[in-house]
Amino acid sequence: MTEVESRPGARAASLDIREALRLMLTIRLFDEQALSLYRAGEMRGTTHPYIGMEAVGVGVMQALRPTDYVSSTHRGHGHTIAKGGDVRKMMAELLGRSTGYSGGKGGSMHIADMEKHMLGANGIVGGGMGLATGAALTAKLQKSGAVAVCFFGDGALEQGILHETTNMAAIWKLPVVYVCENNQYAMSTRSDWSVAGGDPARRAAGYGIPGRTVDGMDLFAVNQAACEFVERARAGDGPAYLVCNTYRYHGHHAGDPLNYREKEEVERWREQDPIERVKRAALDAGVDVAAMEREVAAEIEGAVEFAKNSPEPSVDQLMTDIYA
Amino acid sequence: MTLAQERPVTESLATREITYAEALNEALREEMRRDPTVFVMGEDVAVWGGGGIFGVTRGLVEEFGTERVRDTPISEEAIAAVAVGAAATGSRPVAEIMYVDFIGLAMEPIVNQAAKLRYMFGGKARVPLVIRAQEGAGRGNAAQHSQSLEAWFCHIPGLKVVTPSTPADAKGLLKSAIRDDNPVIFLEHKALYFSKGHVPPEEYTVPLGLADVRRVGRHVTVVGVHTMVGKALQAAERLAEEGIEVEVIDPRTLVPLDEEAIIESVKKTGRLIVSHEAYTRGGYGAEIISRVVEAAFDYLDAPPLRVCARDVPVPYSAVLETAALPQVDDLVAAARALVRNER
Repeated sequence: MTEVESRPGARAASLDIREALRLMLTIRLFDEQALSLYRAGEMRGTTHPYIGMEAVGVGVMQALRPTDYVSSTHRGHGHTIAKGGDVRKMMAELLGRSTGYSGGKGGSMHIADMEKHMLGANGIVGGGMGLATGAALTAKLQKSGAVAVCFFGDGALEQGILHETTNMAAIWKLPVVYVCENNQYAMSTRSDWSVAGGDPARRAAGYGIPGRTVDGMDLFAVNQAACEFVERARAGDGPAYLVCNTYRYHGHHAGDPLNYREKEEVERWREQDPIERVKRAALDAGVDVAAMEREVAAEIEGAVEFAKNSPEPSVDQLMTDIYA
Repeated sequence: MTLAQERPVTESLATREITYAEALNEALREEMRRDPTVFVMGEDVAVWGGGGIFGVTRGLVEEFGTERVRDTPISEEAIAAVAVGAAATGSRPVAEIMYVDFIGLAMEPIVNQAAKLRYMFGGKARVPLVIRAQEGAGRGNAAQHSQSLEAWFCHIPGLKVVTPSTPADAKGLLKSAIRDDNPVIFLEHKALYFSKGHVPPEEYTVPLGLADVRRVGRHVTVVGVHTMVGKALQAAERLAEEGIEVEVIDPRTLVPLDEEAIIESVKKTGRLIVSHEAYTRGGYGAEIISRVVEAAFDYLDAPPLRVCARDVPVPYSAVLETAALPQVDDLVAAARALVRNER
């Protein structure tokens, strides 16, 4: 059932273009801000920017209901924002403040919004596989009608857990959609070298489930495929495999030496910028894009201000939240 | 918690004897009846021999169906990982890893997901998960089917670790583990499955974190895990004939550990032996000794001793396996040495 498709401009019925553009802009400005905070020495650890990949997270999330589950990756800011996360609490978490999502205990790689059924970014490549598949098992056992989406990068294509969970989900017909964000590199490792067998979507055939590769820089193509697979899963027909070809404009994280790819390659991908493509469609639909950009910028600035003005966690919080 | 606290199991009015495996089966059955979010998953838990290689899940599929009693593929990492995801979203999975030796394949979701989600998310996640596995030697299963690996899990903040040694504790502790809102590593011992003991017919649970003083004595404290509780009781019988009174403590749960029970006992006896089938080096016995030394050094009349497995892969031959594992004779010799200053 493998097919490769890219249908720029093909709109799926479920897509709210104004909301999608707002979310994509929010993700980009949030992660640009995160990078500058990191470079200014205000963030610890590191940050993995989602910049360039916005169409994937937003395109998929626009196909979901609020009660559907999502598991994410180390590059998780975009998924949290697209699932309706609060950028103020996210920014505060990046700065390790008590008002952050985890009260400063998790940082960039461990932001979750359990109330919104966002099961967290994850510091382990493949760490979200079990979370999404298990959420799908809960949905099936409790007949809640929820679907789970598992985002993972091309690096996770080489992890054993992907095989085990896909196989389990396929034999149990669990309502889960595996979304591979193929941004071409796992740190410095090119996916066209590290992934055997060519197009990863072809693997789906081995599990007897649908697989498809789409242009991950195209919001509408992502959304259309996601809608189809999510509704198929919701109907009880089991998992599917969606591969979105995309690109991270920045390095793996803020400290990436970027000695493994050519500037020309980056420029070629930037020419297909997912936000510019959606902006054109939004303008056609009568959206005041300039005003929206100003609003989003103000929201992100407000988030930074909120985070900077928030207190550090109290040391007496160190040993809390280990056990329920 | 103190020794004087109520100990509902060993002192209860038990009137019937069932096996350790049957007691575990009762716990699963009762909790699945009580709470529809409880379900069982693992390799060969439904079909094989009517449920499980040691019969722990026997008959459950007939009562609860294949949705709640799920045979899985041979995928230990996915068993643990999917169970974590189910637990974080409102289910109470009881996932089985057939032999604890296989759990190396499943360490990532246990150690980095189950144990840490709650903390990493600032207390906003709950992972009410039980992972059952059986460990231990004595059946000639050799190096990859005989280990006792409890120390691996005791090392990780966020996990609880349970090691029942009697049928009554097996049932009461499993019920508590299922009701607990944290990930619990529930380690059974393969040589204990067919041991029989009194199990109260009425509803009861055994709390996590409460040790059981299995025998009272004043000369030396033996803290035993799993089969070493029974061996310590045998050693105590023999030592009593020569006037050495052994106090035998079964911690029942290693995390949380009823430190107070152990420390109070050592304050009385002045001597401590820890004993488990896990390897001596880096074993949990060393942790127990450290805690006692830190808290009650001045009460010690002799250096604490470990009577644990030798640091060798568990051998197949009965002669070699017996030599690798701590035996009653080893406990007797250690206690004599401590009490008579013969070290």
